[in-house]
Amino acid sequence: MKDLHHPLARARGLGSAKSGVHHWIAQRVSAGLLLLLLPWLTYALVCTVSGTYAEAVAFVSKPLHAGLLILSLLVLLYHAMLGMQVVIEDYVHHRALEFTLHLLVRGGALLGMALGLVYILKLALGN
Amino acid sequence: MLGSYYKFQLTSVLSITHRLTGVFLSLIGAPVLLWWLAALSGGPEAYQAMSERLSGPPGIVLAFTGLFSLTFHFFNGIRHLFWDTGRLLGIENAYRSGWLVLAATVISTAILMGVVL
Repeated sequence: MKDLHHPLARARGLGSAKSGVHHWIAQRVSAGLLLLLLPWLTYALVCTVSGTYAEAVAFVSKPLHAGLLILSLLVLLYHAMLGMQVVIEDYVHHRALEFTLHLLVRGGALLGMALGLVYILKLALGN
Repeated sequence: MLGSYYKFQLTSVLSITHRLTGVFLSLIGAPVLLWWLAALSGGPEAYQAMSERLSGPPGIVLAFTGLFSLTFHFFNGIRHLFWDTGRLLGIENAYRSGWLVLAATVISTAILMGVVL
C-alpha cells in the first residue's frame, strides 16, 4: 500500500502524538525497573509493617535501604503518572476536564516525589 | 446485568483489571506508602496513631486490596512485556499466561497476607 505520510514526517518519526514513541518506551523501561525494585520494596514493607516502630526506623535509616526506597518511590510515581495519563487520554473526552486532570496527575506525582524524598532523607539523616 | 447478555472472557477481564489495579495503586497505594513514610518520619506517636487507625478490618481490607492489586499488576505487567516483544500473542497462549498470572497473584497475595497478619 502507498504510504500517505510525507517523507519529512517519516524522517522526524514523531507520529500523530507528536512525541514519537517516548511515552511507550518510558512506561516499559520504568516497568522493567519496577520488576527489579518491587520484590525488594514489598518484602521490606511487609517485614517492617509487622515489626515495631524502632525496627522500621532502623531498617529505613540504612543508607542502602534509604537509597533503594528513594529510587523505588521515584520510579513508581513516574510509572503511575504515565499510566494515569493514558487512562485519562482514553476515557476523558471533555477537553478542559482532561487538561485539568493531566495537570493534577503531574502535580500529584511531583508532590509525592518531593514529600517522599523529604520523609526518607529525614529518617536516613536525622535519626 | 451485563452478565446475562454478554459472555465474559478471561482475556478482556484481565485487561480491564490491569487498568483498574493500576489506577488503584496510583490513587490509593502510592498515597498510603507516603502516609506510612510520613508517620515513620514523624516519630513514635505519629506511627502509633497510624497503626491504630489501620488496626482491625480497615487495615485488613487495605492490605488485601493493596497486595492483590500490586501482585496482579506485577505479574500481568510481565505478561504485557512479553507481548511487547511479540511473544505469547496467540489466543491459546493469552489464556494460558492469563491463568498463570491469576494463580501467581492468588498464591503470592495469600503468602504476603500471612506475613502481614
